[in-house]
Amino acid sequence: MSTSQEVLLDVKDLKVHFSIPSGKLFKKPGLLKAVDGVSFQVKAGETLGVVGESGCGKSTLGRAVLRLLKPTDGQVAWFGQEMGDMKSEELRNVRSDLQVIFQDPLASLDPRMTIGQIIGEPLITHYPKLSKAEVKEKVKAMMAKVGLLPEQVNRYPHEFSGGQCQRIGIARAMILEPKLIVCDEAVSALDVSIQAQIVNLLMGLQKEFGLSLIFISHNLSIVRHISHRIMVLYLGRMMEVADRDAIYAKPLHPYTKALISAVPIPDPEIERNKEHVALKGDLPSPLNPPSGCVFRTRCPFAKDVCAAEIPALKSYAGDREAACHFIEE
Amino acid sequence: MSDIILEVKDLSVTFSTPEGPVNAVNNMNFTIKAGEALGVVGESGSGKSQTFLSIMGLLASNGKTTGSAKLLGRELIGLSADELNKIRGQSMSMIFQDPMTSLNPYLKVSKQLTEVLVLHKGMGEQAARAEALNMLDKVGIPEAKSRFDMYPHEFSGGMRQRVMIAMALLCEPALLIADEPTTALDVTIQAQILDLMRKLKSEFNTAIVMITHDLGVVAGLCDTLNVMYAGRIVERSSVNEVFSAPRHPYSQGLLASTPRLDEKSHSNELITIPGQPPNLQRLPQGCAFAPRCIHVQDRCLCQRPPLFETPSGSHNACYREEDVA
Repeated sequence: MSTSQEVLLDVKDLKVHFSIPSGKLFKKPGLLKAVDGVSFQVKAGETLGVVGESGCGKSTLGRAVLRLLKPTDGQVAWFGQEMGDMKSEELRNVRSDLQVIFQDPLASLDPRMTIGQIIGEPLITHYPKLSKAEVKEKVKAMMAKVGLLPEQVNRYPHEFSGGQCQRIGIARAMILEPKLIVCDEAVSALDVSIQAQIVNLLMGLQKEFGLSLIFISHNLSIVRHISHRIMVLYLGRMMEVADRDAIYAKPLHPYTKALISAVPIPDPEIERNKEHVALKGDLPSPLNPPSGCVFRTRCPFAKDVCAAEIPALKSYAGDREAACHFIEE
Repeated sequence: MSDIILEVKDLSVTFSTPEGPVNAVNNMNFTIKAGEALGVVGESGSGKSQTFLSIMGLLASNGKTTGSAKLLGRELIGLSADELNKIRGQSMSMIFQDPMTSLNPYLKVSKQLTEVLVLHKGMGEQAARAEALNMLDKVGIPEAKSRFDMYPHEFSGGMRQRVMIAMALLCEPALLIADEPTTALDVTIQAQILDLMRKLKSEFNTAIVMITHDLGVVAGLCDTLNVMYAGRIVERSSVNEVFSAPRHPYSQGLLASTPRLDEKSHSNELITIPGQPPNLQRLPQGCAFAPRCIHVQDRCLCQRPPLFETPSGSHNACYREEDVA
């Protein structure tokens, strides 16, 4: 991806902290740092993959970008304009450019609305002057685009399979012709053969409309396929961000290395003979993260300095960044 | 290595529903030997879980099993709940996707583990505690001693799955059935659990059934593979053979549509299997995969292909097998 592309989204030092009641009367509530100092950019037509294990803050990050959550600190700028400073009127306009697709396709669709109503609803909200016929026409055109039969416009969500429901979700997100879609585990609940169909659909729409995607997933194989750049999170912090091929060919951060080596390859020859970087233990509690580098308790290379100092995110050759005390150039 | 642990013949499962009977599993035939890991893959609704729930006698009340399943030579189908209870946990165990729903939240882990030994082996409380602790150590629970008397909610997801595996192994079963045991876990934890299962296979010679949708998991653990589609085996073969040269069009599509972390060329499109998974209540007359198959011929539409034996001794339910021969 060249640097000349327009920057849609510029996130700087984003923090989202939640206060968790301690459950005891006179004890202070705990502070859960779901996202703690994350910075990144999304350019036009680009897909940013966000990977990490459960509790790493990837979904919270998506919600903060969409302003479904108010960040505790940091800046989220949309075309250079800080979203926190926008009036509700301006924010509503921005929202038509920013859409989201969720994991559970059926649960995110209102069971009492027809799919025509579901897909058309954003149009009616943002363009109340459109006539019914115009809305219906646009809805049908979009249905055809995402691979649904336009004549099924009056059916209800329960009449569709999981993959088709995800297509409905995508049609709804696409109807306003947004510039950025946040896909939060958008294909995780689908069967493998259907997953591939939806991934192809998203990549096709991206090509046609110059769409940008933030693709949040725990499935590293799919993220590799769909993304241009990939960001690795661990306990709310950025471990590494780099171009897709670079990060898989030569991961800099020990966590990225371990994560990639843990993904089983569907080939018995390779899978049985590859080198495994085994991580010991479980994720620490995000309520009580380790001092210094949050990854140090599971890192095979941790030394004293890792407990004392938080490693800064440093730039490395090839337009990539990583946060570790022991990366050799 | 050649002793047969489980022998399944003509096993079928039918559910009676208000809309009529649904044939979830049809005429399954396969065997599992000691120390063998059998992978079972297929889309949701392909019958991969129901096959083994019926063998365990754990079908929902509207489900009915016919055919035969012999564990160490003993017929399981048709046994009473009392008789099954003596076998379950003793000679065969099952672990599930979500360990939290399989553990009793009101009982300490120690109680849930020792119970198994007291019940099946008639051990005393003290001996059972020692044995259970030993097993927790073996499955890799750190500081097992201090965690022994905790409740399930005090364990993390990966740890709970280890507790479930420990519980399943207490009586050293000949057969361990694992139904998507790592699907709810993070990849680094999944790698730990899979390591543990490989160890079981080599050290205890346990026969393992791994029901999963992740072909990578199959590649790393299993020796043989049943590929299921719409309640039937469509391909049964050694893992090496399926991955290097899948024969059934569905297996071919499944492998081709799985994005690989080590893929070298990024062609823009993933190869897909067109269409939707089948509806078991409205299956086509011929081959269930025919509506999605790129090699479909006229006869596929009117008559279901049988499971042909291939030259290498594997099985494939596709007419193209006949054409080759």
